[in-house]
Parts: sequence; C-alpha cells; structure tokens
Amino acid sequence: MEQITILEGRENHLFEKKTGAVQPDISCDTSSLSGSVSQRACVFCGSRVVLYPVADAIHLVHGPIGCAAYTWDIRGAVSSGPELHRLSFSTDLQEMDVIYGGEKKLYHSLIELIEQYKPKAAFIYSTCIVGLIGDDIEAVCRKVANETGIPVLPVHSEGFKGTKKDGYKAACHALMKLIGTGDTDGISKYSINILGEFNLAGEAWIIRKYYEKMGIEVVSTLTGDGRIDAVKRAHGASLNVVQCSGSMTWLAKEMEEKYGIPYIRVSYFGIEDMSKSLYDVAKEFPERPEIMEAAKQIVSEEVKQLYPSLQKFKKALTGKKAAIYVGGAFKTFSLIKALRSIGMSVVLAGSQTGNKDDYARLKEMCDEGTIIVDDSNPVELSKFILEKEADLLIGGVKERPIAFKLGVGFCDHNHERKIPLAGFVGMYNFALEVYQSVMSPVWQFAPRKGVKR
Amino acid sequence: MKHAIKHAKTATQNACKLCNPLGACLAFRGIENCVPFLHGSQGCATYIRRYLISHYKEPIDIASSNFHEESAVFGGSHNLKIGLKNVSKQYSPEVIGIATTCLSETIGDDVPMIIREYKQEFKNGSPMPIMIHASTPSYMGSHIDGFHAAVRATVKTLAEKGARENLINIFPNMVSPADIRYLKEILEDLRQPYMLLPDYSQTMDGGPWGEYHRIPPGGTPASAIAMAGRASASIEFGSTLEASKSAAGYLEEAFGVPRYHSALPIGIKESDKFFTLLESLTHKERPEKYNDERRRLIDAYADGHKYLFEQRVIIYGEEDLVVGMTALLTEIGITPVLCASGGKSGLLKKSIKELIPDMEELGIKVREGVDFVDIEEEAKLLKPDFLIGNSKGYTMSRKNNIPLIRLGFPIHDRFGGQRMHHLGYRGTQELFDRLVNTVIEQRQNASSIGYTYM
Repeated sequence: MEQITILEGRENHLFEKKTGAVQPDISCDTSSLSGSVSQRACVFCGSRVVLYPVADAIHLVHGPIGCAAYTWDIRGAVSSGPELHRLSFSTDLQEMDVIYGGEKKLYHSLIELIEQYKPKAAFIYSTCIVGLIGDDIEAVCRKVANETGIPVLPVHSEGFKGTKKDGYKAACHALMKLIGTGDTDGISKYSINILGEFNLAGEAWIIRKYYEKMGIEVVSTLTGDGRIDAVKRAHGASLNVVQCSGSMTWLAKEMEEKYGIPYIRVSYFGIEDMSKSLYDVAKEFPERPEIMEAAKQIVSEEVKQLYPSLQKFKKALTGKKAAIYVGGAFKTFSLIKALRSIGMSVVLAGSQTGNKDDYARLKEMCDEGTIIVDDSNPVELSKFILEKEADLLIGGVKERPIAFKLGVGFCDHNHERKIPLAGFVGMYNFALEVYQSVMSPVWQFAPRKGVKR
Repeated sequence: MKHAIKHAKTATQNACKLCNPLGACLAFRGIENCVPFLHGSQGCATYIRRYLISHYKEPIDIASSNFHEESAVFGGSHNLKIGLKNVSKQYSPEVIGIATTCLSETIGDDVPMIIREYKQEFKNGSPMPIMIHASTPSYMGSHIDGFHAAVRATVKTLAEKGARENLINIFPNMVSPADIRYLKEILEDLRQPYMLLPDYSQTMDGGPWGEYHRIPPGGTPASAIAMAGRASASIEFGSTLEASKSAAGYLEEAFGVPRYHSALPIGIKESDKFFTLLESLTHKERPEKYNDERRRLIDAYADGHKYLFEQRVIIYGEEDLVVGMTALLTEIGITPVLCASGGKSGLLKKSIKELIPDMEELGIKVREGVDFVDIEEEAKLLKPDFLIGNSKGYTMSRKNNIPLIRLGFPIHDRFGGQRMHHLGYRGTQELFDRLVNTVIEQRQNASSIGYTYM
C-alpha cells in the first residue's frame, strides 16, 4: 500500500496513545493549515448551525448566494410550530453591490421579508465579503428594528475571521442580546435551560420530557425547536444544562456572569451519560429530593426496557472496532462509552474543535494504541481506518463516502440525521444503526476483504 | 410603510442556483490526477464538498487556502503558496485546479502572478504540478458559469498548437457521470479518437477502494487536453453558452478548431442532430445499435403518447438543461408552461425560440434569474400537472401537491442521481419512461378501484 505521510505542521495534531511514553500536548484550537483538506467549515458555519433551529425568526444571509444555498434546509432540526428556519434567504450580492455596497439591498430585503413572513426576530449573518466591503450592518439592523419593532440581530460571522468556534461565539452573542428582554414571571424555582441541544430528529423533545417528568420546568431550549419569546426569558431559569459544549459554553458563562445562573455540562448520548445528565441536574436541586427520586425512576424504567433490546447488537458487535471523528470532543467521550456498552472498541477518536482539556481527557479514556486527532482530513482518516482495521466510522456527511469507499460501516452522527440518537431511545437507535451498517453482508464484496477485481 | 408587497423581491429566497466555485470544483474533478483548490475561506470548500457528496456519494477532496484576517488585509498570496505546497506534498497531483471565491476576488489577489512567483520560488522542488486558474467570483453568475470558466481555463492552460489530428473535442456541459459514459461509448463505437472534458464519469461515480486514493482514478489526462488545439473539430453542448466564455470558443479563436455548438441532445430531434453531426465529422455511419435505440424510443413514444399529450409542466434548473428538456417535452406533446432558471445569461428565451419557433402559440413561458419562491408563485397560477427539475423543488412540490420528476443536479433526496441518463436516445428513453410512469402512478393512486393493469 502507498505510504501516507502526515503533513508538516500537522504532526502535533495527532498521536497514538502509548503508556509510558512522553507525549506532548496535542496542538489544537488553531486554524486549519492552508492546502490541507480540513473537514471543518468556517465562522459562518458555526453561527449558522447554532442559530438555525430558531424557527420563528428569519435567517438572512448577507452575501453572494453560495452561503445561503448550501445551508438551505440541511439540518434535521425540527420544529413543533413555525418553520421559517427551513427557508433560505440571501441578499444574493452581485458585482455592483460589491462595488457600491450592499446596505440598501440588505435594508430592502429585510423590510420586505419581515412584512411577508411576520417573524418574531431576524438574524443577519455577515459573510466574508461583507467584512471586506464594509457594510455597516449594525446601522441597518438598528434602523430596521426601529421601523418594524422586532429584534434585528447582526451576527458577525465573516467566514475568514477565525474558526467555526468563533462563529459559535458570534451566534451566542446575538442570543445574549435577546436573553433578558422577556418577562420571567411565574417561572419555577426548579427550572433549567437546555443549551446546545438542536432538536435533531426531535431529540430536544425526548430530553425535555425526561426533565419535565422529574418536575423541572424547561424555560427554553437553545436552540432546538427554538422560539424568540422563550429565548428572551431564558434568564429566568435556575440552571443552564449545556450539551455540545463547543458551541454553548460561552453563552452559559456569560449568563452566569450576568444573571448568576450556574451551568453544568452534560451529554445525552449513551446510557451512562444520559443517566448522568438527569442525576446531575437533580443534584443541583438538593432541597427537593423528589427530583432525584424521579430521575432514578426514569433511569430504572428506561434501562430496564432498553438493556435487553441491546443484547442482540452487543452479541454481534463484540470485538468490532470503531473510528470516531465528529465536530465536538464532548460527543466523542459519550460515543466511546456508548460503543463500549455494545462491545465495541475505539481505535481512532478525534474532533474538529476540541481543546487541550478535551484531548487530555480523551487520552485518559482511550485504549492503548488509539489514535487521537484534532482537525483531521480525509487522507489521515483513511490512513488510520485502514491501518487500525476499523469496522465502523462515526462522522458526518463528509466522512461518509470515505467509509463506504473503503468498505467500512458508517453511522451518521451529524446535523443532517433524521433518526434521534439522544436519550435512552436514541441509544437503541444508535446501536441499531451501527449494527445494521457493520453487520451488513455487502462488505463481503469490499476489496479490503481480499476480493480482488 | 409604502412597501406594499405580496412577496419579497429584493432578497433571493430558496435559490434555484448555486455559487460559481462549485461548478469549477466539479469541472476540475474531471481532469486526471487533479485536485480542486479554492482560494478563499475554509467554509467554501467544505460546503461545496458536502453539497457534491450528497449527490454523487463519492469522496471529493477540495483544498482551501483557508484565509485568515491577515490574508484578507494583506492579500492571500502567502496562504495560497503554502496551500499549493501542502497540496503538492500530500496529494502529488499532476494538476491543481485553482478557483477563486468572492473573498479573493474582492481583495483583488492576482492569482496568475502568485502562481508565477510560486513556480519561481519552488522550481527546484519535486515535479511542479500544472496549475490552472479559473476566475470564479461568487457574486457573478452561478455554478454553471464556474463550470464553464474552469473548462475554458483548463483548455487555455493546456492546449497546444500543432498539426491537425483526427481528433474530436467534446465539451458535454454539466451532465451526469452516466451521460459522460454514454458519450464516450458512442465515440468509441464510432472508433473516433476524442478528447472529452471534463470527464468525471469515474471520479464522481467510481468503484470501491482496496486502499486509499489521494485522488480517485479517472478523468481526462492533461496530455490529452494538450492535443485539443490540434483537433479537427469541437462539439460543445450548451444553448446559452457563448463562444467567448467557452472552451470550444477559445480553441476556435486560438487554434482555428471549428466549434460545433448545439443544445444538449435530449429528445429525438436533438439527438438526431448530434448523431448526424458526428457522422459528418467522422465520415462514418453510426453503429446499428444506436438506430435500434432510436427505433425502440419511437416505439415507446407510440406506446406512451396518450399519457403525456397536453400535460402541462414546469421545468427548472440550469438554463441549458431547461432548453434541452423543453425540446424533448414539446416533441412528445407536453407543454412546459414555465421554463425557469436561477441562471441569468439573457439567452434562455432566445435559445428556446430557436428550437421551438412557435413557443408563444404553444403557451411556453420563460423566466430566468428566478428563485423557488418565484417558481412556486407561478405554479399556483399555472397549476401544472407536474414539476421537472432537481431535488430542491421538493418543498414546493409537497406544499402544492404537484408531483416532482427529479433530474439534473442536485438529487439529494433520491438514490442514484449520478447514474441517471439524460442525453441521446438512451437518456431520452429513460426520461420518457419516468414521465409516463409518473402519470400512470398518479392515475393508479387516484383511482378508487386499484387497478393492477394500467
């Protein structure tokens, strides 16, 4: 086989876990290397994914058509009511706008769209080019907000001004402007906001139901099945429960500082972490032991039902090897545990946006010989999938064809998925999907199994 | 407020087009051993990869110079050079296809100059890849313009002067891998040497890999493209594609290779024209196999004509696809009550009129530069029997309960878009069968009896 080398400048972004060996900290939190085919996107993408599920707002992309076209209805984030988030709006800047500025076009677009769709708010995303031609988006937003009476929020998401993480921050910044503007009367003392849960395939509904069963009021979900009015009163909650730590920790910290709301980090993937996320919330309300009792009750009932149904999968999958490459590192931790619970080991674990602490923890969790990568690329991923003889890759759309080309099973754990993988029911779906892909007889024809021709 | 409007016109809503660099990346993918490279932000490459992967189900690596704030302020030259060096090292490409983005175009990077500097600075390194540069600012035109810009830039970079050869250049436009394979089969059956560009029939629809390929096998070799200037003729599909923007146009201007320019050969009439042209250029008769295909198609037209006559449809997509489809639809008695495109060449109506001079009497309406909200508004008034176009029309199809026949690009909600034929007798046959079956299925479902014979 062709020897695949790691690019200069990339060596520090990956290592193989070896006990005893002195291993330097992984290099991360940097922008991608020029010319390396990163699986990451840009600042705009970060903002867009965080705000996307807000369903009663207009999301207007200020720039040439591409950015809006490629993000039109691409996520599995569902809404129980309005569906404005599934439409794509762009100022579709043309050459003349680039020369003379796009402010007028932005203004007219906004006024017309707000009149047509009557949204509760509007998010205006600036793209690369807007950062260059110097449109004063803030001024246009203020003007339109004054004229229409709804919040019109600029999102400074120029693609080149940082990494996807900076986009998360820009989105959270826009959300911070809404939070605190609503009425918090009547919100229970036993209340939370669910942060970083985007309601892919209805996952936020599953989670919300657990918490509500525990007697906890969910003030708002940021941003799954999101509503502007709910966001506005999020500061009335007693606790922030943060999933997808990459995108929302900043917001949780801001809310802690400004409104004194503490936060905890959780994950809803896998039995262990899902249960923990209920217990951890219950622990925050010690004065009400019923909450913990209810949490235990939920876990016990759910696990009793789930556990036997997983055994078939575990039996088939024991000894199989998985590679994980997803957006956030926190998800990687859960997936390692979830895979272990169905008998699988992890030979590669990586993320697009993990930080130093995340990678240190990954190293601690992983088995000897596991490859740990930050901001990887198709060449590296393929190299390690083959070398480590993985049977499964967990990733998103861009990773899927790599797995299938190499004759390896695949589980989609990204924003596009249509099947809920969170919660106890999500664990079942996850195991089923992994089982159906890894155990499919079609791989017998894959060249790596030795069938030549 | 004085903006009394029914539907917001200033913003583009649910665009019926994609951006310029996407088309360039796809075209570069049709060159052997070539890596597409976007000079801009990381997101452009990633979004475009995602979009293409969802249709073609193939890995597609697109490198990016990955702009930072400093590059935007001081120019992207440094990043582009590092990027080229890294791509050369990691992929060992023979060709790098560099397309610009709105970002690098707006700051005014002089890409050809940067490439010249790069070649100077690294001339003693490993073999230097061939570098092709296409200017593809996203604020001009749409993906199809980027596609043609890349094909033209490729020929411009590689084609050489020399004695005439018995060689035909084929520039098929943005068609499916299956269509490209079909065109190659025809040329091979005619035993006619050809240079087809771009050929992503294998790179975007290939087999499994026993080992990792940095660049998938397939594509038109650079050495073959070099011969394009010595060809005896170029055949170029694309009614709205002007010579000044096309590869064949360049070859005619620079090397005197005659450009035979036509609509996409969809339908019997346009396919006949294509085969007749091939026969006259090659001085050979088409193999009987193609007459058989044609005869079967005419037979199918007869068998299915009643289902389709006077059906009314809306066709949308790239302008050239819309023109080609309109030719097919009118020859089988279907009226395209609206021919729509997000593209804006200014030539759509004229091109349709050339093929169908009585278009107005037939009730064919043409609109370019529209988005899906415009098309939906028309659909509500026109009440077509079905919609024909890519997956992105599904939203309006569902909302208005009008069946959608999927073709072209992208097909994101069905399987096998890359293997769908559109061109020639074979493609027409496939399209015709699908059209008839759509009507039959409609009637069967609508019937209270549940016929098993239709």
